Amino acid sequence: MNINQISIFLENRPKHLSEICRTLSRANVSIVTLSLADTADFGIVRMIVSDHEKARQALAAAGHVVNVREVLAVTVPDRPGGMAEIMELLDSAGVNIEYSYAFAFHHGEKAVLVFRFDDNAKAAKVLEAAGVITLNERQIEESAK
Amino acid sequence: MHPISKPDYMPIEELRKLQLQKLQKLVPYEYERVALFRRRCDETGVKPRDLVTLADLAKFPFMKKTDLRDEYPLGLTAAPMKEIVRFHCSSGTTGKPICIPNTKGDVEVWADATARCLAMYGLTDEDVLQVSYGYGLFTGGLGLHYGGEKLGCAVLPTSAGNTEKQLMLMRDLGTTAIACTPSYFLHVIEVAKKLGIDFRRDTKLRHGIFGAEPWTDEMRAKIEAESGVVAHDIYGLTEISGPGVAGDCGCGGLHVWEDHYYPEIVDPETLRPLPDGERGELVFTTLDRFGTPMVRYRTRDLTRLRPGTCPRCGRTMRVMDRVSARSDDMLIIHGVNVFPSQIETALLRIPEIAPHYQIVLTPTETLDLFEIKVELTPEAFSDNIRALEALRKRVLAAVKQIIGLTPKIILVEPNSLPRSEGKIKRVIDNRKK
Repeated sequence: MNINQISIFLENRPKHLSEICRTLSRANVSIVTLSLADTADFGIVRMIVSDHEKARQALAAAGHVVNVREVLAVTVPDRPGGMAEIMELLDSAGVNIEYSYAFAFHHGEKAVLVFRFDDNAKAAKVLEAAGVITLNERQIEESAK
Repeated sequence: MHPISKPDYMPIEELRKLQLQKLQKLVPYEYERVALFRRRCDETGVKPRDLVTLADLAKFPFMKKTDLRDEYPLGLTAAPMKEIVRFHCSSGTTGKPICIPNTKGDVEVWADATARCLAMYGLTDEDVLQVSYGYGLFTGGLGLHYGGEKLGCAVLPTSAGNTEKQLMLMRDLGTTAIACTPSYFLHVIEVAKKLGIDFRRDTKLRHGIFGAEPWTDEMRAKIEAESGVVAHDIYGLTEISGPGVAGDCGCGGLHVWEDHYYPEIVDPETLRPLPDGERGELVFTTLDRFGTPMVRYRTRDLTRLRPGTCPRCGRTMRVMDRVSARSDDMLIIHGVNVFPSQIETALLRIPEIAPHYQIVLTPTETLDLFEIKVELTPEAFSDNIRALEALRKRVLAAVKQIIGLTPKIILVEPNSLPRSEGKIKRVIDNRKK
């Protein structure tokens, strides 16, 4: 199942990321995880948050450039080969990864990988058919409580 | 034709005669009352009585912006304070401002000039004119205000800023024409988009009257496409009066109200007068201005006067090309001449970015650092780094194609470049001492 991720354009200047975090805190949105992608001149910060719509509105109102995209949050079995199996499933389905980042869920009990694929719907189908667990919006919301 | 437009069509011979008559009154008046002008004439060896034909004007000395600064506050004032009714000042970003005291007559002549521009654009006393230029020392707000009232428009003096309220008033009061800087109107368009306001569907706006900063034909096309208004150009400068010195009839140039402001084009290097049709620096002599008269004021604007009567509207008052470059706007970067308007032309070819930009020049031990900050539009943002990199490269390619240099393109957030009175400071040149 896909979940919503917010992405924010990051200028290469001091304090930009702290402004973004402060805006989210004022809107009472918690950050479940974030990942930074950058070049020498600008970056993109991607976040999974407790309430993506509230976050989007607050950030846009504060003048930031935001968009919302769907990603898959996949739980990875905590044993040797756990990750390899998932990758092989995706390889055989011919799905490509645009980007990915990891975080620990429920106080480190589970490793979760966030993926953006070139074909998210297809990837979700393949993973679910193989019994791989993906997190849904409700689980994300609850984890932030 | 609106009665106020009658002088626009004055037969050429009559116009030249009138200009000479007015000059023969103004030049001795300034000679008698303004010490700097008198001293310069004496140094040049020219007397007011030497002005026998219009061509004789070329014998007289020029006035420059630095003279206005040096003579601040009242060194160039010709009328006694009893006759002055209003001051306008132009803030100098470097050092002293300039101060222009106006008599009652000066204000009336200026209102006439601006009203004739509005009439030429097709406005009448039925129109609601929203003046979103800044009011105050800046001439934009009050200039359009008095011109609009003179024509009988219902003037809505919103001044610049508070854009959401401007849009509310625009809809509630049925604004048909807005006057502001083109960059402020782009901001109005952005805010309207955000609020879900469609100008064509939700407003009665038909005319946009834009000036106070140079803007390109590409910017005009973008404004017209996005808002559905007809974009009219209005030209003027505080030193001569303010907006309304010239305006466009739709012919692509601007008619100069020559019965009030006498134009010349000179070679910016040799300062010799150039014939109609040749490009050079625009010089004005005020014919009806007695608070701060100006003989041969160098505007620093580069343009040409088109020869003959306007084929589109038949007005006899000469047409100057739109000013897209000011001689002192020219930058020399890595040894190449660059005008900010060229950068604007390049940026307008890329739909994903807002045409808001700032050029930053910084000295280094080797080649000066040449950066262009460009505002990203929210629609153009994807969360893909490669897509943004590709956008940056397209911006660079467009700029490079026009100016032949390779600046560093920096993408910044929308509305993040600092604006004042609706204008963005286009150039930050840290190379200057």
